[in-house]
Amino acid sequence: MNTPSRSLKGQKALSDFLVNATLILICLIWLIPALGIFVTSFRNSTDIFKTGWWTIFPHQAYMKTGEINIDPSVDVNGPIEIEGVSHTFEEWRAGVVMPDGRQLTWFGNKRTRLVEVQVLEWKWFDTKLTLDNYKNVLTGKEISFTDASGQVVRAQGNDLSGAFLNSIAVAIPATIIPILIACFAAYGFAWMNFPGRRLLFTIVVALLVVPLQIALVPILQDYTKLNLNGTFLAIWLAHTGFGLPLAIYLLFNYINGLPRDILESAFIDGASHFTIFTNLILPLSVPALASFAIFQFLWVWNDYLVALVFLGDQNRVLTSALAALVGEKGQDWHLLTSGAFISMIVPLAVFFALQRYFVRGLLAGSVKG
Amino acid sequence: METTLKDSGGIGSWLATNLGRVLVSLIVPVVTFIVLWQGFIFLRDTDAPKIVIVLVAIIWGVGGVAVLFAVSNWLVEKLPSQWVYHLQPFVFVGPGVAILFWYLAFPVIRTIILSFRGPAGTGFVGLDNYIFAVTDRVMVEAFRNNLLWMIFGTFFCVSMGLIIAVLADRSRYESIYKAIIFMPMAISFVGAGVIWKFVYTYRGEGSGISEIGLLNAIVLALGGESQPWLQQPPWNNFLLIVIMVWLQTGFAMVIISSAIKGISAEVLEAARIDGANEFQVFFNIIIPSIQGTLITVTTTIVIFSLKLFDIVRVMTGGNSGTNVIANEFYLQRFTYSSAGRASAIAIILLIAVIPVMIYNLRQFRESRAF
Repeated sequence: MNTPSRSLKGQKALSDFLVNATLILICLIWLIPALGIFVTSFRNSTDIFKTGWWTIFPHQAYMKTGEINIDPSVDVNGPIEIEGVSHTFEEWRAGVVMPDGRQLTWFGNKRTRLVEVQVLEWKWFDTKLTLDNYKNVLTGKEISFTDASGQVVRAQGNDLSGAFLNSIAVAIPATIIPILIACFAAYGFAWMNFPGRRLLFTIVVALLVVPLQIALVPILQDYTKLNLNGTFLAIWLAHTGFGLPLAIYLLFNYINGLPRDILESAFIDGASHFTIFTNLILPLSVPALASFAIFQFLWVWNDYLVALVFLGDQNRVLTSALAALVGEKGQDWHLLTSGAFISMIVPLAVFFALQRYFVRGLLAGSVKG
Repeated sequence: METTLKDSGGIGSWLATNLGRVLVSLIVPVVTFIVLWQGFIFLRDTDAPKIVIVLVAIIWGVGGVAVLFAVSNWLVEKLPSQWVYHLQPFVFVGPGVAILFWYLAFPVIRTIILSFRGPAGTGFVGLDNYIFAVTDRVMVEAFRNNLLWMIFGTFFCVSMGLIIAVLADRSRYESIYKAIIFMPMAISFVGAGVIWKFVYTYRGEGSGISEIGLLNAIVLALGGESQPWLQQPPWNNFLLIVIMVWLQTGFAMVIISSAIKGISAEVLEAARIDGANEFQVFFNIIIPSIQGTLITVTTTIVIFSLKLFDIVRVMTGGNSGTNVIANEFYLQRFTYSSAGRASAIAIILLIAVIPVMIYNLRQFRESRAF
């Protein structure tokens, strides 16, 4: 009787399983690269170069259990016989698996005459994790660490903590200032009457997709004349300028959609535009403000080009500091990975805490290029 | 006679009674200006600890803008009500419009002028900069690469976003999957660059050297040979495009997913009852219903890949045949100090987005928001 429904159920369960399996696979592909730098940032700088980061997870590996010294009389240029098995030097150096499962590997060059005995064993979690990388990359003072070849290197720290503070000093005002200015402007466009209102707003819409590269050359000229280069004010204003079209557009759409009766009854009560704006419109617009704020904050925090052009090397923000690190110490993965992770903490926290607002902002703003 | 006397007496007494107010109206802006200027000087010259500078900067910047609005509005509201009616809109809209003009509208014109000038922004060179921008070997390569980004990057972002959105819609754990795919949107391209540079890293051959990059380790495990991936044109472009797909698929997914949620459940139900299989539902109902969204998402990502800079800058610096237009813009302006050529490149970027601009303006006119 109920076989058809049971087979339908079975089909449903199967398709559910396939859907989830595919999604889990895709999510793993998405997560693994990020997991790689996260794990690496906690590993010792010498370990990073010896083995891949995935080896901290349980896996089978050859572990050294002993050594064999080769008699000086053996000719290392011909085939070398060890424990009855004969191979060339190159083959021994690459490692030879013996009939009993042990692996023998020649250590170093021909003169060492040393062979390591290794046995395949399960290795559980590697617990040799350290916070040193973070200490090194954060400090501005001198640091020392052992590099891949075992030498102790002394170097100037990368002062990412300074860059972190700069990022905060750039991102918070560069988020709030455009919102404040855009909110006033959006209110003006939505509720006030003045000549050129329609034309000005058309210009705002036209500017939504203008690439900011257009502005960099002339604005840099202005900043050089005004002696503003490298100051926080310069980059706040730049981010404000580049963020304003979207901000005005989004907030206008929101404020324009608020019920007209509120404004009229407030006017009858004798309130001025300014009072209505600060006491009524601002509190009512909080959802739209939050959406744009997260959008702008992440954009500014993650921006590299504008900071590179207008801040230069003084007051370096995290992205520029990290990019400089990639350029100068491209193989120092213990510094790069911990630096990269430091640059991601704040935006990830903001993102996960306020994801709902962020998505709302994205949906409203998808007209922007 | 009497009335005029009365009037002049009126003005005199008005002045007398309002002298205090006029003075205050003058003093308040002056004091505001001095305080803000002192803040600027302090921030520029101070040697105070970083944390103090940061706090002062935030308070000065945010507070300063708020105070400027409050003071200018306060001044305007002191005027007779007819004046308030005419001037107040400019207090509200003025600062925003002024900044827009300074930072975006005027630069368009100034960059057009600069694009006809020499390296230092002086002298007229005719179309030289544009001829460079469309014929130079470096630029032709950059155009080709941007085309790769725009075609493959956009295609994979949108199709992956669509697939994940449709699949996730059928799963109980939708929000978890979506959060994971979306997560890279929160991090910087520079940070993403480090993540993927580590995936692609290459150590070469030699005894005792093991590959620590994921890609080379996988290739080795499958019996292949490790490669310096980022130095091999033209395939390195595709490895860079992978980074963009990793970053932007989340964006496409979120927008498409919300459009899918908007399709009425009854229509889908009806189609399934009529015997449509899942592929028919997907191609004949879901795709047509979200067509508009797909076009929007595609346009946004195409523009994004046109302006792409950070990933290439961090990963290869534009070497090994990976240069793109926006990176060449940066190199021309800041490495070769040629403002003219850089401006011509910027104008080309602008011309490329003009169709979208016209589309936006048309939509705006049709929406009749005004």
